[in-house]
Amino acid sequence: MNANRLDVEGLAVEIGGLTLVRDLRFHLAAGERLAILGRNGAGKTTLLHTLAGLRAPGAGRIALCGEDLPQLTPTQIAQRRGLLLQHQLDAFPASVLETALIGRHPWLGRWTWESRADEALARDSLRVVGLEAFALRDVHTLSGGERQRLAIATLLTQAPQLALLDEPLSHLDLNHQVAVLDLFSRRVSDAGLAVVMVLHDINLALRHADRALLLFGDGRHVIGPVAEVMQAELLTQLYGHPLRELADGERRYLVPG
Amino acid sequence: MPTRRRALLVNLLLLIAAALSIVLALGAGSLRVAPGDVLAALLGDGEGMAAEVVRNLRLPRALAAFACGGLLALAGTLMQVLLRNPLADPYVLGVSGGAAVGALLAMLFSLPLLAMHGGAFAGALCAVLLVFGLARGDGSWTQTRLLLTGVIVAAGAAAVVALILSVAPEQKLHGMLFWLMGDLSHAATPWPALIVLVLGLAAALPLARDLNLLARGDLVAKSFGVGVGKLRGAIYVLASLLTAIAVTTAGSIGFIGLIVPHLVRLAAGNDQRLLLPAATLAGGALLVCADTLARTAVAPQQLPVGVLTALLGVPVFLYLLSRQPEMGKT
Repeated sequence: MNANRLDVEGLAVEIGGLTLVRDLRFHLAAGERLAILGRNGAGKTTLLHTLAGLRAPGAGRIALCGEDLPQLTPTQIAQRRGLLLQHQLDAFPASVLETALIGRHPWLGRWTWESRADEALARDSLRVVGLEAFALRDVHTLSGGERQRLAIATLLTQAPQLALLDEPLSHLDLNHQVAVLDLFSRRVSDAGLAVVMVLHDINLALRHADRALLLFGDGRHVIGPVAEVMQAELLTQLYGHPLRELADGERRYLVPG
Repeated sequence: MPTRRRALLVNLLLLIAAALSIVLALGAGSLRVAPGDVLAALLGDGEGMAAEVVRNLRLPRALAAFACGGLLALAGTLMQVLLRNPLADPYVLGVSGGAAVGALLAMLFSLPLLAMHGGAFAGALCAVLLVFGLARGDGSWTQTRLLLTGVIVAAGAAAVVALILSVAPEQKLHGMLFWLMGDLSHAATPWPALIVLVLGLAAALPLARDLNLLARGDLVAKSFGVGVGKLRGAIYVLASLLTAIAVTTAGSIGFIGLIVPHLVRLAAGNDQRLLLPAATLAGGALLVCADTLARTAVAPQQLPVGVLTALLGVPVFLYLLSRQPEMGKT
């Protein structure tokens, strides 16, 4: 049994004839966190959707929990990995609890309804993101940050082994940003979850990721442990804006220069 | 919390309401028949004119009304999920426009009733294929593109309908207008519509939870393992076919397909596993009541039932819209 949650070999990500990522190779084991950083349009979301099996890679192979993506059914893929999308769309009214419960979809048979255990799992997920009191509220009454936490609760209800998070901190205030990253870090260390997340906050990435993948948007990329990869010089290149490093005892901070 | 028990309970209540509406329809009219005699006539022990009227005149018409109402409400529910737009109805993609062109052409050339039904069905199918072909175009399939194509095809069909009306001889205009407004007196037999209704519901129910996800966006549905492309194609074909059969049976009856999904959604939520059968039953029951009203309100004169559904539907819908600000926002 392969303990790796994700194996990526020679991956190319293309969009509209443009190669955004070329020859990407990495393995992500259970209990690891990878942060993806890059400028707008560098292909972070496109890469994440490719890893999630929503779009075909331009080249290379992706294996999820040891099995190649093309050999898995969409339902099997959805049982192994969860994807937090950048935007949530609610065309129709629905309760918060119902919305969290859609996480159980890949686990239910065609004619099966959600069980008490599914409901307990959904309620527990709502509790850990601080929405337990909102279970019966309509999603349309939630604020942007509350809606984002509901999307995270839905992903937790899905109970995947690999979480692919596209800007998990968007719309969140400072304390919820840290709470969400702590929450995923706990699941990573306690339950063997693996996390790939697109982050814009360099200093949160420094603290809450084990490795970082920097995408330059022209096919070039750098991947490695955050301590090695996240250096002022490289990040200055990445963002096209000068950054400098500040130290506070053990901790490093990278701030715009 | 969605549970199977609640879904069964709601649908059982609506089934009873539908049965009551049919008993009401069978008893009402210039010849009043008591509910007891209606049941006797249905069971076959009734004798005499009342039993004949119930069995041979009112029963086929009531069943046709139930089937059409159910078809339109089911198609409307599916269309609203497909276009992810609460304001969509079964006609928004031009099915009824195509059917109207076919039916009116048959009337214009004084073809028999069967040809009118055939023309309506052929016209509906042409519109479906045209919209489907054009909207797929380069293979991408956004609902904006589908909606725009459908609206344009519907506008084209409306122009052709206006053209036919303007050249039609005066004695044919009355029949044409009735057809356009929706009228069940032409319904020859309820069976095709009823059979398609049962098959259509049976085809839609296994997809119900997938539809719950589709309603939340293509990407969301995909990320939970739903085969979005196939599902959307299947829903489009199914909803179009249901609409085509309904329109072929009774002309373009308005508002049932728009109002009923909303009424049921407001009362029982948006879980498609409950909503699909509930909207079907409610749509059927509502159209049976509206048709009974249409043929008894100013008897012996019959009103086109489509006018009644619209007259009832418009205020109800405006009320819903003012109560639910988010419905207009999408």
